[in-house]
Amino acid sequence: MAEGSIWKNINIFLEETGTISRFTGRFFKEVWRPPYEFREFIRQCYQVGYESLILVGVTGFIMGVVLTLQTRPTMSDFGAEGMMPSMVGIAIIREIGPVITALICAGKIGSGIGAELGSMKVTEQIAAMEVSGTNPFKYLVVTRVMATTLMIPLLVIFADTVGLIGSYLVENAKGDVSFRLYFTKVFDFLQFGDVWPATIKTFFFGFAIGIIGCYKGYTSKKGTAGVGRAANSAVVITSMVLFVLDFIAVLIADIFYEL
Amino acid sequence: MDTANTHINETTESDTGRKPLILIEDVHKSFGSNHVIRGFKLKLFENENLVIVGKSGSGKSVLLKCIVRLEEMDSGTLQVLGKDIDQLDQYELDQLRTEIGFLFQGSALYDSMTVRENLQFPLRRHRARMIKEDEEKLILEALTNVGLAHAIDLMPAELSGGMKRRVALARTLILRPKIILYDEPTSGLDPITAKEIIELILHVQKEYNAAAMIITHDMDCARVISNRMIILVDGINYAEGTYEELSTMEDPKVQAFFK
Repeated sequence: MAEGSIWKNINIFLEETGTISRFTGRFFKEVWRPPYEFREFIRQCYQVGYESLILVGVTGFIMGVVLTLQTRPTMSDFGAEGMMPSMVGIAIIREIGPVITALICAGKIGSGIGAELGSMKVTEQIAAMEVSGTNPFKYLVVTRVMATTLMIPLLVIFADTVGLIGSYLVENAKGDVSFRLYFTKVFDFLQFGDVWPATIKTFFFGFAIGIIGCYKGYTSKKGTAGVGRAANSAVVITSMVLFVLDFIAVLIADIFYEL
Repeated sequence: MDTANTHINETTESDTGRKPLILIEDVHKSFGSNHVIRGFKLKLFENENLVIVGKSGSGKSVLLKCIVRLEEMDSGTLQVLGKDIDQLDQYELDQLRTEIGFLFQGSALYDSMTVRENLQFPLRRHRARMIKEDEEKLILEALTNVGLAHAIDLMPAELSGGMKRRVALARTLILRPKIILYDEPTSGLDPITAKEIIELILHVQKEYNAAAMIITHDMDCARVISNRMIILVDGINYAEGTYEELSTMEDPKVQAFFK
Protein backbone atom coordinates (compact mmCIF):
# COMPACT_ATOMS: atom_id res chain seq x y z
CA MET A 1 0.00 0.00 0.00
CA ALA A 2 2.71 2.47 1.12
CA GLU A 3 4.94 1.25 -1.72
CA GLY A 4 2.15 1.96 -4.22
CA SER A 5 1.75 5.44 -2.84
CA ILE A 6 5.51 6.11 -3.14
CA TRP A 7 5.49 5.02 -6.80
CA LYS A 8 2.44 7.17 -7.42
CA ASN A 9 4.21 10.20 -5.93
CA ILE A 10 7.36 9.51 -7.96
CA ASN A 11 5.18 9.28 -11.07
CA ILE A 12 3.47 12.59 -10.27
CA PHE A 13 6.86 14.23 -9.62
CA LEU A 14 8.31 12.98 -12.93
CA GLU A 15 5.19 13.98 -14.84
CA GLU A 16 5.26 17.46 -13.29
CA THR A 17 8.98 17.84 -14.05
CA GLY A 18 8.30 16.83 -17.66
CA THR A 19 5.46 19.31 -18.13
CA ILE A 20 7.38 22.18 -16.48
CA SER A 21 10.32 21.41 -18.80
CA ARG A 22 8.03 21.49 -21.85
CA PHE A 23 6.49 24.73 -20.59
CA THR A 24 9.99 26.24 -20.16
CA GLY A 25 10.96 25.01 -23.63
CA ARG A 26 7.89 26.74 -25.05
CA PHE A 27 8.97 29.97 -23.32
CA PHE A 28 12.37 29.89 -25.03
CA LYS A 29 10.68 29.20 -28.38
CA GLU A 30 8.15 32.02 -28.04
CA VAL A 31 10.42 34.67 -26.52
CA TRP A 32 12.23 35.36 -29.84
CA ARG A 33 9.15 35.39 -32.06
CA PRO A 34 7.37 38.65 -32.94
CA PRO A 35 5.07 40.34 -32.16
CA TYR A 36 6.72 41.53 -28.93
CA GLU A 37 4.31 42.59 -26.20
CA PHE A 38 6.46 45.52 -25.07
CA ARG A 39 3.68 47.50 -23.38
CA GLU A 40 2.60 44.54 -21.24
CA PHE A 41 6.24 43.78 -20.42
CA ILE A 42 6.70 47.33 -19.06
CA ARG A 43 3.45 47.00 -17.07
CA GLN A 44 4.68 43.75 -15.55
CA CYS A 45 8.09 45.29 -14.73
CA TYR A 46 6.25 48.03 -12.86
CA GLN A 47 4.09 45.52 -10.97
CA VAL A 48 6.93 43.13 -10.14
CA GLY A 49 9.57 45.77 -9.44
CA TYR A 50 8.07 49.02 -8.24
CA GLU A 51 5.19 47.49 -6.30
CA SER A 52 7.56 45.22 -4.37
CA LEU A 53 9.96 47.98 -3.35
CA ILE A 54 8.45 48.70 0.07
CA LEU A 55 8.22 45.03 1.08
CA VAL A 56 11.74 44.26 -0.12
CA GLY A 57 13.10 47.48 1.41
CA VAL A 58 11.60 46.83 4.85
CA THR A 59 12.76 43.20 4.80
CA GLY A 60 16.27 44.22 3.72
CA PHE A 61 16.52 46.90 6.40
CA ILE A 62 15.44 44.52 9.18
CA MET A 63 17.81 41.87 7.79
CA GLY A 64 20.77 44.26 8.08
CA VAL A 65 19.80 45.51 11.55
CA VAL A 66 19.17 42.04 12.99
CA LEU A 67 22.31 40.52 11.49
CA THR A 68 24.44 43.29 12.98
CA LEU A 69 22.73 43.18 16.39
CA GLN A 70 23.04 39.38 16.61
CA THR A 71 26.68 39.06 15.54
CA ARG A 72 28.15 42.16 17.19
CA PRO A 73 28.46 40.69 20.75
CA THR A 74 30.32 37.59 19.48
CA MET A 75 32.63 39.69 17.27
CA SER A 76 33.18 41.95 20.28
CA ASP A 77 34.24 38.98 22.42
CA PHE A 78 37.00 38.26 19.91
CA GLY A 79 37.92 41.94 19.64
CA ALA A 80 36.93 41.94 16.00
CA GLU A 81 34.34 44.75 15.95
CA GLY A 82 36.38 46.42 13.24
CA MET A 83 35.57 43.48 10.95
CA MET A 84 31.79 43.96 11.35
CA PRO A 85 31.18 45.98 8.14
CA SER A 86 33.16 43.52 6.01
CA MET A 87 31.51 40.47 7.57
CA VAL A 88 27.99 41.88 7.23
CA GLY A 89 28.70 43.14 3.68
CA ILE A 90 29.91 39.76 2.47
CA ALA A 91 27.09 37.88 4.22
CA ILE A 92 24.39 40.15 2.79
CA ILE A 93 25.75 40.47 -0.74
CA ARG A 94 26.83 36.86 -1.24
CA GLU A 95 23.98 34.97 0.36
CA ILE A 96 21.42 36.51 2.68
CA GLY A 97 20.31 39.35 0.40
CA PRO A 98 19.67 37.24 -2.73
CA VAL A 99 18.05 34.30 -0.93
CA ILE A 100 15.82 36.25 1.46
CA THR A 101 14.70 38.67 -1.27
CA ALA A 102 13.99 35.81 -3.69
CA LEU A 103 11.97 33.96 -1.03
CA ILE A 104 9.97 37.11 -0.22
CA CYS A 105 9.34 37.62 -3.95
CA ALA A 106 8.36 33.97 -4.40
CA GLY A 107 5.67 34.58 -1.78
CA LYS A 108 4.46 37.90 -3.15
CA ILE A 109 5.07 37.73 -6.90
CA GLY A 110 5.02 33.96 -7.56
CA SER A 111 1.74 33.42 -5.74
CA GLY A 112 0.27 36.56 -7.34
CA ILE A 113 1.10 35.34 -10.83
CA GLY A 114 -0.21 31.85 -10.05
CA ALA A 115 -3.50 33.20 -8.69
CA GLU A 116 -3.97 35.78 -11.47
CA LEU A 117 -3.36 33.36 -14.34
CA GLY A 118 -5.32 30.63 -12.55
CA SER A 119 -8.38 32.84 -12.22
CA MET A 120 -7.99 33.97 -15.85
CA LYS A 121 -7.97 30.31 -16.83
CA VAL A 122 -11.10 29.32 -14.89
CA THR A 123 -13.05 32.39 -16.05
CA GLU A 124 -12.11 31.58 -19.68
CA GLN A 125 -10.17 34.85 -20.16
CA ILE A 126 -7.23 32.90 -21.56
CA ALA A 127 -9.57 31.08 -23.96
CA ALA A 128 -11.06 34.46 -24.95
CA MET A 129 -7.57 35.73 -25.84
CA GLU A 130 -6.96 32.61 -27.89
CA VAL A 131 -10.19 32.91 -29.89
CA SER A 132 -9.45 36.56 -30.58
CA GLY A 133 -6.37 35.36 -32.48
CA THR A 134 -3.86 36.44 -29.80
CA ASN A 135 -1.21 34.13 -28.43
CA PRO A 136 -1.98 34.16 -24.66
CA PHE A 137 1.29 32.40 -23.84
CA LYS A 138 3.24 35.26 -25.37
CA TYR A 139 1.08 37.96 -23.81
CA LEU A 140 0.76 36.47 -20.33
CA VAL A 141 3.69 34.13 -19.76
CA VAL A 142 6.60 35.57 -21.76
CA THR A 143 6.07 39.11 -20.44
CA ARG A 144 5.79 38.01 -16.80
CA VAL A 145 8.82 35.70 -16.89
CA MET A 146 10.92 38.38 -18.62
CA ALA A 147 9.81 40.92 -16.02
CA THR A 148 10.67 38.73 -13.01
CA THR A 149 14.02 37.73 -14.58
CA LEU A 150 15.02 41.37 -14.96
CA MET A 151 13.41 42.85 -11.84
CA ILE A 152 14.49 40.35 -9.14
CA PRO A 153 18.22 41.21 -9.57
CA LEU A 154 17.35 44.92 -9.22
CA LEU A 155 15.25 44.21 -6.13
CA VAL A 156 18.13 42.20 -4.65
CA ILE A 157 20.55 45.11 -5.22
CA PHE A 158 18.02 47.43 -3.56
CA ALA A 159 17.56 45.04 -0.59
CA ASP A 160 21.35 44.67 -0.21
CA THR A 161 21.78 48.46 -0.17
CA VAL A 162 19.02 49.03 2.37
CA GLY A 163 20.33 46.11 4.45
CA LEU A 164 23.81 47.66 4.59
CA ILE A 165 22.32 51.03 5.56
CA GLY A 166 20.43 49.29 8.40
CA SER A 167 23.64 47.64 9.52
CA TYR A 168 25.50 50.98 9.36
CA LEU A 169 22.85 52.63 11.57
CA VAL A 170 23.37 49.97 14.26
CA GLU A 171 27.16 50.25 13.99
CA ASN A 172 26.91 54.04 14.17
CA ALA A 173 24.71 53.89 17.25
CA LYS A 174 26.83 51.28 19.05
CA GLY A 175 30.33 52.12 17.88
CA ASP A 176 30.21 55.63 16.47
CA VAL A 177 31.40 54.60 13.00
CA SER A 178 31.11 57.17 10.21
CA PHE A 179 29.18 56.49 6.98
CA ARG A 180 32.34 56.79 4.86
CA LEU A 181 34.41 54.51 7.12
CA TYR A 182 31.65 51.89 7.28
CA PHE A 183 31.20 51.64 3.53
CA THR A 184 34.96 51.83 2.83
CA LYS A 185 35.37 48.78 5.05
CA VAL A 186 32.48 47.01 3.31
CA PHE A 187 33.90 47.54 -0.19
CA ASP A 188 37.56 47.00 0.77
CA PHE A 189 36.88 43.38 1.58
CA LEU A 190 34.47 42.66 -1.26
CA GLN A 191 35.96 40.90 -4.25
CA PHE A 192 34.79 40.29 -7.77
CA GLY A 193 34.18 36.64 -6.77
CA ASP A 194 31.73 37.78 -4.07
CA VAL A 195 29.60 40.07 -6.22
CA TRP A 196 29.49 38.51 -9.67
CA PRO A 197 28.21 34.95 -8.86
CA ALA A 198 25.72 36.40 -6.36
CA THR A 199 24.35 38.73 -9.06
CA ILE A 200 24.18 36.08 -11.78
CA LYS A 201 22.22 33.68 -9.59
CA THR A 202 19.54 36.30 -8.96
CA PHE A 203 18.62 36.21 -12.69
CA PHE A 204 18.01 32.46 -12.31
CA PHE A 205 16.00 33.11 -9.14
CA GLY A 206 13.85 35.63 -11.04
CA PHE A 207 13.36 33.23 -13.92
CA ALA A 208 12.34 30.41 -11.54
CA ILE A 209 9.82 32.65 -9.73
CA GLY A 210 8.24 33.73 -13.03
CA ILE A 211 8.18 30.42 -14.86
CA ILE A 212 6.83 28.36 -11.93
CA GLY A 213 4.16 30.96 -11.06
CA CYS A 214 3.07 31.12 -14.69
CA TYR A 215 3.13 27.35 -15.13
CA LYS A 216 0.99 26.76 -12.06
CA GLY A 217 -1.56 29.43 -13.02
CA TYR A 218 -1.65 28.71 -16.75
CA THR A 219 -2.26 24.99 -16.22
CA SER A 220 -4.57 25.25 -13.20
CA LYS A 221 -7.69 23.08 -13.25
CA LYS A 222 -10.72 22.27 -11.14
CA GLY A 223 -12.34 25.69 -10.82
CA THR A 224 -11.81 28.21 -8.04
CA ALA A 225 -10.31 25.59 -5.71
CA GLY A 226 -7.67 25.08 -8.39
CA VAL A 227 -6.78 28.79 -8.28
CA GLY A 228 -5.92 28.59 -4.57
CA ARG A 229 -3.95 25.42 -5.16
CA ALA A 230 -2.06 27.05 -8.05
CA ALA A 231 -1.05 30.04 -5.89
CA ASN A 232 -0.06 27.83 -2.99
CA SER A 233 1.96 25.30 -4.98
CA ALA A 234 3.67 28.11 -6.92
CA VAL A 235 5.15 29.37 -3.64
CA VAL A 236 6.05 25.92 -2.27
CA ILE A 237 7.73 24.67 -5.46
CA THR A 238 9.50 27.98 -6.15
CA SER A 239 10.91 28.09 -2.60
CA MET A 240 12.33 24.58 -2.99
CA VAL A 241 13.73 25.36 -6.43
CA LEU A 242 15.36 28.55 -5.10
CA PHE A 243 17.30 26.57 -2.50
CA VAL A 244 18.37 24.00 -5.10
CA LEU A 245 19.49 26.78 -7.47
CA ASP A 246 21.35 28.50 -4.64
CA PHE A 247 23.11 25.24 -3.78
CA ILE A 248 24.16 24.74 -7.43
CA ALA A 249 25.28 28.38 -7.73
CA VAL A 250 27.40 28.14 -4.57
CA LEU A 251 28.99 24.89 -5.80
CA ILE A 252 29.83 26.39 -9.20
CA ALA A 253 31.16 29.61 -7.65
CA ASP A 254 33.23 27.54 -5.26
CA ILE A 255 34.82 25.60 -8.14
CA PHE A 256 35.79 28.82 -9.93
CA TYR A 257 36.99 30.43 -6.70
CA GLU A 258 39.21 27.40 -5.96
CA LEU A 259 40.65 27.54 -9.49
CA MET B 1 -28.24 6.08 -30.38
CA ASP B 2 -29.53 4.72 -33.69
CA THR B 3 -29.58 7.57 -36.19
CA ALA B 4 -32.55 5.89 -37.93
CA ASN B 5 -34.71 7.02 -34.99
CA THR B 6 -33.83 10.70 -35.38
CA HIS B 7 -35.82 13.47 -37.10
CA ILE B 8 -33.33 15.04 -39.45
CA ASN B 9 -34.45 17.15 -42.36
CA GLU B 10 -31.05 18.27 -43.38
CA THR B 11 -30.92 21.75 -44.89
CA THR B 12 -28.78 21.85 -48.03
CA GLU B 13 -27.21 24.60 -50.12
CA SER B 14 -29.92 24.21 -52.76
CA ASP B 15 -32.63 24.83 -50.09
CA THR B 16 -31.10 28.10 -49.01
CA GLY B 17 -29.27 29.23 -52.14
CA ARG B 18 -26.39 30.25 -49.81
CA LYS B 19 -22.92 28.90 -49.12
CA PRO B 20 -22.29 27.16 -45.80
CA LEU B 21 -19.93 29.15 -43.58
CA ILE B 22 -19.47 26.22 -41.23
CA LEU B 23 -19.61 22.60 -42.36
CA ILE B 24 -19.44 19.86 -39.77
CA GLU B 25 -19.58 16.20 -40.76
CA ASP B 26 -19.37 13.12 -38.57
CA VAL B 27 -17.46 14.86 -35.77
CA HIS B 28 -16.52 12.76 -32.73
CA LYS B 29 -15.05 13.96 -29.45
CA SER B 30 -14.31 12.01 -26.28
CA PHE B 31 -12.87 12.87 -22.88
CA GLY B 32 -11.36 9.60 -21.67
CA SER B 33 -14.15 7.05 -21.78
CA ASN B 34 -16.84 9.73 -22.03
CA HIS B 35 -17.85 9.88 -25.72
CA VAL B 36 -19.44 13.35 -25.77
CA ILE B 37 -20.00 13.99 -29.49
CA ARG B 38 -20.82 10.97 -31.64
CA GLY B 39 -20.96 11.80 -35.31
CA PHE B 40 -22.51 15.28 -35.18
CA LYS B 41 -23.14 17.17 -38.43
CA LEU B 42 -24.44 20.60 -39.39
CA LYS B 43 -24.20 23.41 -41.90
CA LEU B 44 -24.40 27.06 -40.93
CA PHE B 45 -25.39 29.34 -43.79
CA GLU B 46 -24.84 33.06 -44.37
CA ASN B 47 -27.18 35.39 -42.48
CA GLU B 48 -28.88 32.66 -40.49
CA ASN B 49 -29.35 32.17 -36.79
CA LEU B 50 -28.94 28.51 -35.97
CA VAL B 51 -29.90 27.50 -32.45
CA ILE B 52 -28.64 24.28 -30.89
CA VAL B 53 -30.46 23.00 -27.83
CA GLY B 54 -29.61 20.03 -25.69
CA LYS B 55 -29.42 18.88 -22.10
CA SER B 56 -26.46 19.83 -19.90
CA GLY B 57 -23.50 17.62 -20.71
CA SER B 58 -24.78 16.80 -24.19
CA GLY B 59 -21.66 18.32 -25.78
CA LYS B 60 -23.00 21.68 -27.00
CA SER B 61 -20.21 23.85 -25.56
CA VAL B 62 -17.58 21.30 -26.59
CA LEU B 63 -18.91 21.54 -30.13
CA LEU B 64 -18.48 25.35 -30.14
CA LYS B 65 -14.96 24.99 -28.77
CA CYS B 66 -14.11 22.47 -31.53
CA ILE B 67 -15.19 25.07 -34.12
CA VAL B 68 -12.56 27.56 -32.92
CA ARG B 69 -10.13 24.74 -32.05
CA LEU B 70 -10.09 25.44 -28.34
CA GLU B 71 -10.74 21.69 -28.22
CA GLU B 72 -9.34 19.27 -30.79
CA MET B 73 -11.93 16.90 -32.29
CA ASP B 74 -11.04 13.19 -32.43
CA SER B 75 -12.31 12.58 -35.98
CA GLY B 76 -14.57 14.00 -38.66
CA THR B 77 -14.61 17.04 -40.95
CA LEU B 78 -14.91 20.59 -39.67
CA GLN B 79 -14.65 23.41 -42.19
CA VAL B 80 -14.98 27.10 -41.32
CA LEU B 81 -15.18 29.59 -44.22
CA GLY B 82 -14.01 26.78 -46.52
CA LYS B 83 -10.91 25.90 -44.48
CA ASP B 84 -10.32 22.59 -42.72
CA ILE B 85 -9.85 23.76 -39.14
CA ASP B 86 -7.56 20.87 -38.15
CA GLN B 87 -5.20 21.45 -41.11
CA LEU B 88 -4.34 25.06 -40.25
CA ASP B 89 -1.03 26.12 -38.72
CA GLN B 90 -1.08 28.54 -35.77
CA TYR B 91 -0.79 31.69 -37.94
CA GLU B 92 -3.61 30.61 -40.28
CA LEU B 93 -5.73 29.61 -37.31
CA ASP B 94 -5.23 33.02 -35.64
CA GLN B 95 -6.20 34.76 -38.89
CA LEU B 96 -9.33 32.62 -39.22
CA ARG B 97 -10.25 33.25 -35.59
CA THR B 98 -10.51 36.97 -36.35
CA GLU B 99 -13.44 36.09 -38.65
CA ILE B 100 -15.22 34.28 -35.82
CA GLY B 101 -16.66 36.01 -32.78
CA PHE B 102 -17.14 33.97 -29.61
CA LEU B 103 -19.36 35.13 -26.76
CA PHE B 104 -18.50 33.12 -23.67
CA GLN B 105 -21.09 32.03 -21.14
CA GLY B 106 -19.36 33.95 -18.33
CA SER B 107 -18.50 36.93 -20.60
CA ALA B 108 -14.73 36.34 -20.06
CA LEU B 109 -13.88 40.06 -19.91
CA TYR B 110 -10.22 40.75 -19.06
CA ASP B 111 -10.70 41.90 -15.50
CA SER B 112 -7.41 43.80 -15.19
CA MET B 113 -8.42 46.09 -18.08
CA THR B 114 -11.06 48.79 -18.46
CA VAL B 115 -13.94 48.37 -20.90
CA ARG B 116 -12.02 50.52 -23.43
CA GLU B 117 -8.89 48.36 -23.08
CA ASN B 118 -10.97 45.19 -23.44
CA LEU B 119 -12.12 46.44 -26.84
CA GLN B 120 -8.69 47.79 -27.77
CA PHE B 121 -7.09 44.41 -27.12
CA PRO B 122 -8.15 42.63 -30.35
CA LEU B 123 -7.87 45.86 -32.38
CA ARG B 124 -4.25 46.52 -31.40
CA ARG B 125 -3.30 43.03 -32.49
CA HIS B 126 -5.20 42.75 -35.74
CA ARG B 127 -5.57 46.37 -36.86
CA ALA B 128 -2.15 47.53 -35.70
CA ARG B 129 -1.87 50.26 -38.34
CA MET B 130 -5.18 51.88 -37.45
CA ILE B 131 -4.76 55.47 -36.27
CA LYS B 132 -5.83 56.31 -32.73
CA GLU B 133 -8.86 58.41 -33.76
CA ASP B 134 -10.26 55.59 -35.92
CA GLU B 135 -9.66 53.11 -33.13
CA GLU B 136 -11.51 55.32 -30.65
CA LYS B 137 -14.37 55.77 -33.14
CA LEU B 138 -14.71 52.01 -33.64
CA ILE B 139 -14.71 51.35 -29.90
CA LEU B 140 -17.37 54.00 -29.29
CA GLU B 141 -19.47 52.68 -32.18
CA ALA B 142 -19.32 49.11 -30.84
CA LEU B 143 -20.22 50.28 -27.33
CA THR B 144 -23.03 52.50 -28.64
CA ASN B 145 -24.45 49.51 -30.51
CA VAL B 146 -24.79 47.66 -27.22
CA GLY B 147 -25.96 50.78 -25.37
CA LEU B 148 -22.93 51.12 -23.10
CA ALA B 149 -20.95 54.09 -24.42
CA HIS B 150 -21.08 55.64 -20.93
CA ALA B 151 -19.28 52.63 -19.40
CA ILE B 152 -16.13 53.03 -21.50
CA ASP B 153 -13.81 53.78 -18.58
CA LEU B 154 -15.29 51.36 -16.05
CA MET B 155 -13.62 48.16 -14.90
CA PRO B 156 -15.45 44.83 -15.47
CA ALA B 157 -15.88 44.44 -11.69
CA GLU B 158 -18.04 47.60 -11.72
CA LEU B 159 -20.49 46.17 -14.28
CA SER B 160 -23.64 44.10 -13.71
CA GLY B 161 -24.01 40.64 -15.29
CA GLY B 162 -26.07 41.99 -18.19
CA MET B 163 -23.64 44.86 -18.82
CA LYS B 164 -20.71 42.44 -18.84
CA ARG B 165 -22.49 40.31 -21.43
CA ARG B 166 -23.09 43.41 -23.57
CA VAL B 167 -19.46 44.58 -23.33
CA ALA B 168 -18.35 41.05 -24.24
CA LEU B 169 -20.63 41.22 -27.28
CA ALA B 170 -19.14 44.60 -28.25
CA ARG B 171 -15.65 43.09 -27.97
CA THR B 172 -16.79 40.18 -30.12
CA LEU B 173 -18.11 42.57 -32.77
CA ILE B 174 -15.16 44.96 -32.91
CA LEU B 175 -13.34 42.98 -35.61
CA ARG B 176 -16.61 42.60 -37.61
CA PRO B 177 -16.64 38.78 -37.69
CA LYS B 178 -18.55 36.83 -40.32
CA ILE B 179 -19.70 34.24 -37.81
CA ILE B 180 -20.66 34.72 -34.15
CA LEU B 181 -20.81 31.80 -31.74
CA TYR B 182 -22.91 32.37 -28.62
CA ASP B 183 -22.47 30.04 -25.66
CA GLU B 184 -25.62 30.31 -23.51
CA PRO B 185 -26.02 34.09 -24.06
CA THR B 186 -28.90 34.47 -21.58
CA SER B 187 -27.84 32.07 -18.83
CA GLY B 188 -27.68 33.57 -15.34
CA LEU B 189 -29.58 36.71 -16.34
CA ASP B 190 -32.96 37.89 -15.10
CA PRO B 191 -35.83 37.66 -17.67
CA ILE B 192 -35.77 41.39 -18.50
CA THR B 193 -32.00 41.50 -19.09
CA ALA B 194 -32.23 38.22 -21.01
CA LYS B 195 -34.84 39.80 -23.28
CA GLU B 196 -32.56 42.80 -23.83
CA ILE B 197 -29.70 40.49 -24.81
CA ILE B 198 -31.96 38.61 -27.23
CA GLU B 199 -33.01 41.91 -28.87
CA LEU B 200 -29.37 42.91 -29.03
CA ILE B 201 -28.41 39.67 -30.80
CA LEU B 202 -31.15 40.29 -33.40
CA HIS B 203 -30.01 43.91 -33.81
CA VAL B 204 -26.41 42.80 -34.24
CA GLN B 205 -27.33 40.29 -36.93
CA LYS B 206 -29.13 43.02 -38.87
CA GLU B 207 -26.36 45.58 -38.38
CA TYR B 208 -23.33 43.35 -38.97
CA ASN B 209 -24.81 40.73 -41.36
CA ALA B 210 -23.12 37.97 -39.40
CA ALA B 211 -24.31 34.37 -39.22
CA ALA B 212 -24.84 33.14 -35.67
CA MET B 213 -24.73 29.79 -33.94
CA ILE B 214 -26.41 29.98 -30.55
CA ILE B 215 -26.29 27.37 -27.85
CA THR B 216 -29.01 27.73 -25.29
CA HIS B 217 -31.37 26.11 -22.81
CA ASP B 218 -33.67 29.10 -23.00
CA MET B 219 -36.57 28.15 -25.32
CA ASP B 220 -37.92 31.73 -25.33
CA CYS B 221 -34.55 32.83 -26.66
CA ALA B 222 -34.62 30.01 -29.25
CA ARG B 223 -38.15 30.94 -30.37
CA VAL B 224 -37.33 34.60 -30.95
CA ILE B 225 -33.85 34.22 -32.43
CA SER B 226 -33.78 31.02 -34.45
CA ASN B 227 -34.24 30.60 -38.18
CA ARG B 228 -33.45 26.92 -37.70
CA MET B 229 -32.91 24.66 -34.69
CA ILE B 230 -31.03 21.46 -33.99
CA ILE B 231 -31.79 19.32 -30.97
CA LEU B 232 -28.72 17.55 -29.70
CA VAL B 233 -29.30 14.30 -27.81
CA ASP B 234 -26.47 12.02 -26.67
CA GLY B 235 -23.96 13.76 -28.91
CA ILE B 236 -25.85 13.48 -32.23
CA ASN B 237 -28.40 15.60 -34.11
CA TYR B 238 -31.70 14.18 -32.88
CA ALA B 239 -34.05 16.58 -34.63
CA GLU B 240 -33.74 19.55 -36.95
CA GLY B 241 -36.20 22.15 -38.23
CA THR B 242 -37.77 25.49 -37.46
CA TYR B 243 -39.04 26.27 -33.96
CA GLU B 244 -42.63 25.75 -35.13
CA GLU B 245 -41.85 22.38 -36.76
CA LEU B 246 -40.03 21.06 -33.72
CA SER B 247 -42.54 22.37 -31.20
CA THR B 248 -45.33 20.42 -32.90
CA MET B 249 -43.35 17.18 -33.22
CA GLU B 250 -44.82 14.37 -31.14
CA ASP B 251 -41.56 12.67 -30.20
CA PRO B 252 -41.33 12.75 -26.37
CA LYS B 253 -37.56 13.53 -26.42
CA VAL B 254 -38.24 16.59 -28.56
CA GLN B 255 -41.31 17.61 -26.59
CA ALA B 256 -39.28 17.49 -23.36
CA PHE B 257 -37.52 20.67 -24.50
CA PHE B 258 -40.77 22.55 -25.15
CA LYS B 259 -42.62 21.72 -21.95
